[in-house]
Amino acid sequence: MKAKIIITPKKAVVDPQGITVRKALEHMGYSGVTGVHIGKYIEIDLAPGTDRDAAHKAINDAARKLLSNPVIEDYKLEIE
Amino acid sequence: MNFAVLQFPASNCDQDAVHAIRHLGHSARLLWHKESSLGDADCVIVPGGFSYGDYLRCGAIARFSPVMQAVKQFADNGGLVLGICNGFQVLTEAGLLPGALIRNRDLQFHCEFIFLKTATAASPFTNQIPSGKLLRLPIAHGEGCYFADEETLAKLKANNQILWQYCDANGNLTDSANPNGALLNIAGICNEKRNVAGLMPHPERACEPLLGSDDGKWIFESIFAALKNKAVAAAAA
Repeated sequence: MKAKIIITPKKAVVDPQGITVRKALEHMGYSGVTGVHIGKYIEIDLAPGTDRDAAHKAINDAARKLLSNPVIEDYKLEIE
Repeated sequence: MNFAVLQFPASNCDQDAVHAIRHLGHSARLLWHKESSLGDADCVIVPGGFSYGDYLRCGAIARFSPVMQAVKQFADNGGLVLGICNGFQVLTEAGLLPGALIRNRDLQFHCEFIFLKTATAASPFTNQIPSGKLLRLPIAHGEGCYFADEETLAKLKANNQILWQYCDANGNLTDSANPNGALLNIAGICNEKRNVAGLMPHPERACEPLLGSDDGKWIFESIFAALKNKAVAAAAA
């Protein structure tokens, strides 16, 4: 069982990495790219048989407290 | 006055901070991150460096260390706390200061001298800085771009919480004088209660003319003066 967390910069936050990569893509000739947003992907291994709802609640809590910074980042959490 | 300078794995400005405070005539000691008591500290310095390797986000792991729980309590009780560079990042992650520090807008690590304008003398960290004096201090960071949402920025302005802003040699807050893209050229702020402050530049590296500037001493002298006033007030009470 795994928790998967995708963390992305909030839209209001300037993302210089994303801007640089978008420019590089344009330079390489990839047209139609209007934005690139670079974040993080975190995978957490959970013990087999862990209660899904309890895990979701706990990881959600951890994502708010540690894994992401709510001032500058959004996250999506999936348990599978 | 007794200063406690925190020491996390990969702090690297801790010794400089201790040296600067002792050089300016006060007592300072290092405090390991696993300690849960600040002892007789009158002021806490959260120093620069790369605490816990800057893993996850700068300062994200350090905020959960035992010593930071003691610092939170110390700050809640009105104790003076100054975060420098990585220390500023730790204090924002810990929620002791609003906003966040993100990647420099040009993605480069900046290691250079900059000029700082002090926005207000009304704080324990700025009260001795001569009026109109620009501070020439070194910066050394890759993630020093101050960010906060509009509501937070409006609050910072309304409460006079912006302490220092990047400026040019003439004191103008220009975009070209801003080394990292920080909103409103913000280099340092304090909390609403004005007892916790953080800044990206390094005053502890500029307290002796031999180091190219001794402007950093004004920030420490401000803290010494604030602590002295506090002690006098406590004795009178």
